[in-house]
Amino acid sequence: MVEIKTFEIKNKLGLHARVAAKLVNISSRFKSKIFFERDGKVVNGKSLLSILTLACPLGSRITIRVEGIDARDAMEDLGKLIEDKFGED
Amino acid sequence: MGTDVEKKSFVLKGIGVSPGIVIGKAFLYDRFDAQVSFYRLRDKNLVSKEIKRFKAALKESEKQLLEVKNKLCELAGREPLYIIDVHIMILRDKMFINHTVQYIKEMLVNAEWAMKMTIDRYGEIFEKVEDEYLKGRVSDVRYVGQRILRNLSGGKKEDIPKIGSKDIIIAIDLSPADTAQMMINKVQGFATDMGGKTSHTAIVARAVEIPAVVGLESITKIVRTNDNIIIDGAAGLVVINPDPEIIKVYEDKQKHFEKAQENYLKYASLPALTEDNYKVEIGGNIEFIEEIPSAVSHGAEGIGLYRTEFIYINKEQLPTEEEHFSHYRSVVGADGLQWATIRTFDLGGDKFYSDPKLAKEMNPQMGLRAIRFCLKEVELFKVQLRAIARASAFGKTRIMFPMISGIEELREAKKIFCEVKMDLRAQGIPMGEDIEIGVMIEVPSAVIIADELAKEVDFFSIGTNDLIQYALAIDRINERVTYLYEPLHPAVLRLIKQVIDIGHRAGIRVAMCGEMAGEPAYIMILLGMEIDELSMNPLAIPKVKKVIRGTTIKESKILLEKIMAFSSAVEIRDFVNDYMRQRFPEEFQLDGS
Repeated sequence: MVEIKTFEIKNKLGLHARVAAKLVNISSRFKSKIFFERDGKVVNGKSLLSILTLACPLGSRITIRVEGIDARDAMEDLGKLIEDKFGED
Repeated sequence: MGTDVEKKSFVLKGIGVSPGIVIGKAFLYDRFDAQVSFYRLRDKNLVSKEIKRFKAALKESEKQLLEVKNKLCELAGREPLYIIDVHIMILRDKMFINHTVQYIKEMLVNAEWAMKMTIDRYGEIFEKVEDEYLKGRVSDVRYVGQRILRNLSGGKKEDIPKIGSKDIIIAIDLSPADTAQMMINKVQGFATDMGGKTSHTAIVARAVEIPAVVGLESITKIVRTNDNIIIDGAAGLVVINPDPEIIKVYEDKQKHFEKAQENYLKYASLPALTEDNYKVEIGGNIEFIEEIPSAVSHGAEGIGLYRTEFIYINKEQLPTEEEHFSHYRSVVGADGLQWATIRTFDLGGDKFYSDPKLAKEMNPQMGLRAIRFCLKEVELFKVQLRAIARASAFGKTRIMFPMISGIEELREAKKIFCEVKMDLRAQGIPMGEDIEIGVMIEVPSAVIIADELAKEVDFFSIGTNDLIQYALAIDRINERVTYLYEPLHPAVLRLIKQVIDIGHRAGIRVAMCGEMAGEPAYIMILLGMEIDELSMNPLAIPKVKKVIRGTTIKESKILLEKIMAFSSAVEIRDFVNDYMRQRFPEEFQLDGS
């Protein structure tokens, strides 16, 4: 199963360390392979440092690609977190 | 200097950020390059052993960080530093681990070398990132990498927990985890290459009362582990390999300092009243709510300067109104304190995140900071103001706007505060009836138009640190001109006198909250000018009270008149030092300045 979806980063400070940590915490719970893509650069969605290197500020768009048996659940949880502005302002 | 380091005595001057004297052995903390050996593996069979070593070091590092985190949680009233969680996640980061393992396998290098390559790799990647904050994250990778390297080189003894009680930490810079660890272990003192008065290290040192000097630039290159070393945190001096005589001098100084501290504590609870009954209000300057008990026990009657920057820095996200409120609620109406003067945000927007290097590279002093920044980021400003207004329901509250340079800024700030209060009132949220509004007088233009400002505020508070810097055109980051920093410069004294006179003519209170207010040698001068309130580092209060209680306003006025007649700072300084030494022999004989 493959899920692909694009999100806009809506929290004020963008994908900073605490937020990226939240993403990784969710990604790591799933068996699926998870990739984050921004402007053609693709990184492992289970690696905090890799996500940080994408440097996504407020308003940037990232595409998440999930491959594996629990892809749908993973996408749903990740999407919820992003849409929810990571529980920030 | 610097040609012969063989046990030669050196004195380095840095920025003293936390007073006190320690004499002990240096412990070079993080020059891992010099202590770690890098070598190629002779044959492929060694690869699996290196990978195993690397994994073991990862595990050990994680264990150490978890330990720091747990201990911090145990310390009452301290939030666990979330940054430590990030460091733990880096340790567990798949890519971080994979890269290192890959290097060992493919390049046939030892684990240390491979680790170093991974650190450098991330250094390069983050260097290209445009976001200043994210760029700074490379320091986290470096902190974690250094910890792993230390563990790889079997350097358990190098970790702060294992350091002896006589050791003084020498480091390029200290990470949040390191400084937290020091808080727990109560190390004797420390000196670092980097940092300034507002760096993380400095803030922690002051909060836990460990003598510290930062901004020494190259101390890690000069000092070796086990060198004898003296730190004088008040003077900002580090003496390396001191002669026996020098050690003796400092031992005396140290004893005197400790005895004096004890002695002065007797004055803590007495009012700051001159012999002819002139009463000065005494405030404490704080930046953590944890400092309140110390302020009270040292004799502060109120908080004359609550620096709110710490609520913002070292945080990964903007503080919420509730976070602000919980801090202000602790300061306003605290037991034993009569008032709290809260200064609104006084840094540039770049300081929302902790990064000592950023602070060192920039010169934000004259940039978009303090009230300028707040008036641009009105929403952010309002969050802080709302929280202060809410806290005012619990006790006497004064709000102070920093870096006001013209009346428009004051009016704009007051207007925003007014809106905030109206909102709160409409929502039926209680507030104090008599919140006072004041401005920091720290930009020379504010002194010149002080008569206009005085019409629209309840009080002035003179911020001498910035005022001196701006009036004398000193770039405080440029060490080559710091010698010009002179509180007794006739121009500075005239500016201060002018502010106090104008304030009094307009019928408002004039306080001083800069470092000058806590310097006993200057107290009589300020008394002569009839300052209403002195607010200072709490540790300085007892000695200041002793001076105030030992003089009269009459005597102070005569002294003031004499020094105002001199034309140079040197003459004034010599005169004041002589005078104070004669008048208060016990207090001034050993200070040497």
